[in-house]
Amino acid sequence: MAKLIEIKDLEKSYLKVGVNFGGSRAKILNGVNMTIEAGACVGLIGESGSGKSTLARLIMGLEKPNKGSILFEGLPANQWIKNNKGKMSVVFQDYTASVNPRYTAAEAIAEPLYASGAVKDLDRHIERLLAKVGLEQAVKNRYPHELSGGQLQRVCIARAIATNPRFIVLDEAISSLDVSVQSQILKLLHQLRVEMNITYLFVAHDLQAVSHLCNKILFLYQGKIVEELQSGELAMAKNQYARDLLASVIPFEV
Amino acid sequence: MRVLLDVKNLSVTDLRDQDEIIHDVSFSVAENSCLGIVGESGSGKSMITRALLGITNPWLKSQGAAVFKSQDSERDLLQEDENTMRKIRGKQIAMILQDAMSAFDPIAKIGDQMAETFVENKNLTRKQSLTLAKEALGLMNIHDPEQVVKKYPHQLSGGMLQRCMIATALAMEPDLIIADEPTTALDSINQGQVVEEFKMIRQKMGTALIFISHDLGVVKHLSDRLLVMKDGAAVEYGDAGDIFRNPQHAYTKYLIDTRLELTESFKKAMRKGDHNG
Amino acid sequence: MAGFWNRFRKDRLAMGVSFFLLLVIGLAVLAPLVAPYDPTVQNIIDKFQGPSLAHLFGTDQLGRDVYSRILYGGRVTILVSVLTMIVTILIGTVLGVIAGYFRGTVDDVIMRICDIMLSFPSEVLILAIVGILGTGITNIVLATVIAKWAWYVRMIRSIVIAFMDSNYIRFAKVAGCSTWHIVRKHLLVGAIGEIAVLATLDTAAIILNISALSFLGLGVQPPTAEWGMMLNEAKNVMTTNPGQMLAPGMAIFLVVAAFNFLGDSIQEALNPKINKGFSTKRYSLLDSLFARKKAVTQ
Repeated sequence: MAKLIEIKDLEKSYLKVGVNFGGSRAKILNGVNMTIEAGACVGLIGESGSGKSTLARLIMGLEKPNKGSILFEGLPANQWIKNNKGKMSVVFQDYTASVNPRYTAAEAIAEPLYASGAVKDLDRHIERLLAKVGLEQAVKNRYPHELSGGQLQRVCIARAIATNPRFIVLDEAISSLDVSVQSQILKLLHQLRVEMNITYLFVAHDLQAVSHLCNKILFLYQGKIVEELQSGELAMAKNQYARDLLASVIPFEV
Repeated sequence: MRVLLDVKNLSVTDLRDQDEIIHDVSFSVAENSCLGIVGESGSGKSMITRALLGITNPWLKSQGAAVFKSQDSERDLLQEDENTMRKIRGKQIAMILQDAMSAFDPIAKIGDQMAETFVENKNLTRKQSLTLAKEALGLMNIHDPEQVVKKYPHQLSGGMLQRCMIATALAMEPDLIIADEPTTALDSINQGQVVEEFKMIRQKMGTALIFISHDLGVVKHLSDRLLVMKDGAAVEYGDAGDIFRNPQHAYTKYLIDTRLELTESFKKAMRKGDHNG
Repeated sequence: MAGFWNRFRKDRLAMGVSFFLLLVIGLAVLAPLVAPYDPTVQNIIDKFQGPSLAHLFGTDQLGRDVYSRILYGGRVTILVSVLTMIVTILIGTVLGVIAGYFRGTVDDVIMRICDIMLSFPSEVLILAIVGILGTGITNIVLATVIAKWAWYVRMIRSIVIAFMDSNYIRFAKVAGCSTWHIVRKHLLVGAIGEIAVLATLDTAAIILNISALSFLGLGVQPPTAEWGMMLNEAKNVMTTNPGQMLAPGMAIFLVVAAFNFLGDSIQEALNPKINKGFSTKRYSLLDSLFARKKAVTQ
């Protein structure tokens, strides 16, 4: 499979809280190396505070790394986004903060379409997107505060797939949803990926959800990728942290 | 076993629009047992405990009876005044909340904050309180309590903070601990540790526990009895094992099925590996 | 936005104050058509007349009709203040958005300039500028704008930075939306409420400033009518005709108070307090002394 994203020796640090002079920095990412193949679904597992959200933001071009490189088909992130408007997308964990509360669902979904210039037949396009994510048409004119968590996250997903992206970052996209809604959304995400041939980066701390959806799983610990497993090989983890993580999952059996 | 808390016909109404948020819920918690309350967001599971502890917003009216039978007295929590409730909260009934990060003051050291609770409520000196804090952390299998006690909240992970909160609650030696989604914000390793701690609390200290969550997996691990909530009403109530094996209500079945789906692929993946390795 | 207007309309103080201000501004704009007399026409014989049908507010020390002078004075005081406020807010918004959106070096440069400007006490700065450039309304406006723009840049920059931290702006960036699109459809739409609060509260302050400068003789020159100038003239006849201070004084007081109330009301309407109208003060002082919750639960 062709490489879509190649990350080499990535480092990112922030100034330590409460320190103004002396330049004491906290290294969040300390030499991350990873690749994401086109069409793959890659899971990134790590504890809260491990730097997975930082890594996601660097990949999306929202922040610049201190050292190392992130190349999209050979180009740096910002340039790739400019050349490929609308081909990268993101679904965040906090759906209530992911849409501007002053705009309706339809307006939120239309936004990336305006940006990439695909404004022909806008209304019908939005209707098709809503149907694709399993929402009724009435949701179109509702405001975010009038929608449930599951509905709002589906709107965010519809917005993310509106421009037929090639790559979507799912930053803890299901972590804030109820468990019963989580599996529905996971099914939807899987379906969309297969239908539209999208590459996913699924950042999460929930191993069960990640193994449900992804074919490759990366473990992020203390600023480095410590283990890389195909989803079928989970029991063959070598790294101690990865093994501890896998062993700690609480099984659910009836 | 002696009943510790007996809740009958609990209802909570929003006085602003006469909307019934909790509708006629009854359950009981026996000494040294664990009641799991499950439900989705908006089902009212957190509201129940807030009503019991008297910490709801002023425009919410609670009705019904909640008889709390501690060693020396029997009280209806819904009828008591604020002063009595303040004495009960934290001492006889301790509460552990979801977001441990925001429960701690960001500008004070953990040890100092824990000690403050003990000085206030247990009439110990500061030195005794600090020792108690370190002991409590040790009980939580936290290695090196000496170091943890000197740290600020932002220097510790979410899981660690959650365990500090549990340690504080435990050290108060309450009759009942109410844990509201204590593991939801945590990753697998920390979640596993916290669940182990709760198990240990049950075994070693005989504290009764009300465990609220929307994650059936965690609840099943700990609960003796189960209360399933939907839209403010109790949909199923009884022995946890029975309900999981043989759910009566369609909604309970739905919660169990969707939770199973999530675990399936993980279990398959782990099993596959075993065959190869 | 609908929520804001609903709450604003329900607030009777807000509606009353808005109506009053619209009336005042309307009269100021229409002064040439509405005023019964030319405000500069002197008629010494008729000086110091009390309120009558011919002269609603009486006449001043030079026999001029006070009512007409108030109306014409309003043009200067209010319209000039509003103009000053608009210019300052425009500069503040443009620079504040640039600093808050792009951060980095641009932000640092703008902020350091603001720091320098803000290190001068604004009143002293205004006096100094007027001293250099000379008196007159244009110069007061210029001086006020120079003294106040930095404060606006700071305020609006903070508002922008808070907004920039939202996921929907991150999404817009990743989706390739242009900077202008993000600024227009998200930042400005979101910040407009808070900027409106700043604007109304500041207009009140500017009115006081301009009136004060005119009172000191540094602004409008006679015979132009302006409320502060009228107060200055009334000061001179305070012992013989104290009533002359009433009209301009009350005018300034009412309009400034109105703008302040308007600012407060906009601020309240922006932040829905869900329990507004439901009294949370169920405790009486005696009850809290004896620590007994007056039962809401009974």
